[in-house]
Amino acid sequence: MTDRTDSGAAAAFAVPARKRKARRGAAGWLLIAIPYAWLLVFFLAPFFIVFKISLSQIAVAIPPYTPTIDLAQGWESLRSALAAFSFENYVWLTEDDLYWKSYLSSVWIAGVSTAITLLVGYPLAYGMARAPKAWRATLLMLVILPFWTSFLIRVYAWIGILKNEGLLNQLLMALGLIDDPLTILNTNIAVYIGIVYSYLPFMVLPLYANLEKLDTSLLEAASDLGCPPWRAFWTITVPLSVPGIVAGCFLVFIPAVGEFVIPDLLGGSDTLMIGKTLWTEFFANRDWPVSSAVAVILLLLLVVPIVLFQNQQQRSAEKDR
Amino acid sequence: MRQGPSWFNVTSLVLGFSFLYLPIVLLVIYSFNDSRLVTVWGGFSTRWYVELLDNQQLLDAAWVTVRVAFTSASVATVLGTLAAIVLTRSGRFAGRTLFSGMVYAPLVMPEVILGLSLLLLFVAIDQARGFWTIMIAHTTFAMCYVAVVVQSRLAGFDRSLEEAAQDLGCPPLRTFVSITLPLILPGVIAGWMLAFTLSLDDLVIASFTTGPEATTLPMKIYSQVRLGVTPEINAVCTILVAVVTVGVIATSIATKRHEVRRERDMRRAEAQA
Repeated sequence: MTDRTDSGAAAAFAVPARKRKARRGAAGWLLIAIPYAWLLVFFLAPFFIVFKISLSQIAVAIPPYTPTIDLAQGWESLRSALAAFSFENYVWLTEDDLYWKSYLSSVWIAGVSTAITLLVGYPLAYGMARAPKAWRATLLMLVILPFWTSFLIRVYAWIGILKNEGLLNQLLMALGLIDDPLTILNTNIAVYIGIVYSYLPFMVLPLYANLEKLDTSLLEAASDLGCPPWRAFWTITVPLSVPGIVAGCFLVFIPAVGEFVIPDLLGGSDTLMIGKTLWTEFFANRDWPVSSAVAVILLLLLVVPIVLFQNQQQRSAEKDR
Repeated sequence: MRQGPSWFNVTSLVLGFSFLYLPIVLLVIYSFNDSRLVTVWGGFSTRWYVELLDNQQLLDAAWVTVRVAFTSASVATVLGTLAAIVLTRSGRFAGRTLFSGMVYAPLVMPEVILGLSLLLLFVAIDQARGFWTIMIAHTTFAMCYVAVVVQSRLAGFDRSLEEAAQDLGCPPLRTFVSITLPLILPGVIAGWMLAFTLSLDDLVIASFTTGPEATTLPMKIYSQVRLGVTPEINAVCTILVAVVTVGVIATSIATKRHEVRRERDMRRAEAQA
């Protein structure tokens, strides 16, 4: 607990203050211990188990996996387990090109979707930040509301729009733009649309927070000095909104890499994404050690962006202070 | 510099919000479609809603989902609020970096990894899977969202009120209940609602951590969607959208009223002083 600065009048209550602090010490300890213990048991420990199983021998769908670690037998058991660990699951990942193609294709799909989300989200966030003040809370609410409604439902809604006899094709044919329906559903294009749509709020919210704080006097000064609006936008607004752009891109990119629902429902059989591969490996092939290895590599792949993101958040938090 | 809304801003707002809302609106409209073909309009009808009432499997799944969501949101709110208080109030302690890392990591971690790792934990400790394992899994990731929401509320917090209460001899627990909690309550309520909807929504983590007897609504919807779009699912989705929308709007109005009243009371108190 942070110390309260006792001074002047408070010093008169020095004795109760000290007593209070001692009590707060025990309470404070408990306060930290409860959520800490929960996260250690249900968040951190499972990762070690995943890691351990990824090094175990392939044994389809029948746990326990050898080698087993018997903590009661202490070091001896641990040492023999360490010796028996094998990397054959990881070797397998490099041998079958399905896996590294999935990783590459996930990163590519997530990257392209993030770029499109930025292109769609920036004007929206900009429009919101420049809207009359009385409107802004409502607009913000309107961006957050789809986030509260089910992700699965929002992805599902696109099936009805994108399929061959769907609403989009009906509309385009009624307008005479196309004669034959376009195949969009079950292609990568549908996956891009799905990711952009689902993650748009994640892009708009940090951008809006950033653009809303932007000092408009700089733009006024630029326009007074004869700078045309589009140039002021490029030389002032965009550079100043870089922290918002970076935060938004990370928030879209990181979860998009491991996405399962969108490629599974909107993508085709040739859409490779690592989240989908892991799911198939686990539920269809029942190969737990290999799916654990896939998860470990995916985690390693995401560690760099996650660490970069945290650093960026910390820096912008310090700048605000 | 041009004042007021420009044509560019208005266009981007209209296009942006149409993109966000059109799919949901279409889904709602087509849930009232009489035709079995989802994309052909066959006249207004509520028959899919009536058929829902006969679908016992779907109703069972909905009941499981609501129970899981309610329990996990409540536990996650307590744990997440504690975590938020620890993060904003406790200075340095051993393992603080690890703790804050564990609080933020689930926000960005892919669901497949969280689901798989928790399943392997439950298998390792030989725990039968079902209601409780889904509930624990949902609590774990939802508490992190609660922590972030409550933390933002705690950040703009006037600590002098707490200090005044403690100087007047109020014990810590009572200070928390009668001063701190009411002040952060809007954040705590928003956190609970977020945890509730996240749990209601989750397909991936529930699929990994469930057992044979506990099927949640998203799992049910997912398996039906894979077989093809059915108007019945449109109806389920519309009900879910309606429930969440009403809930969110009602809470935000209530929170706003609460804030306005509090501000008015503060002003009055200041005027009297």
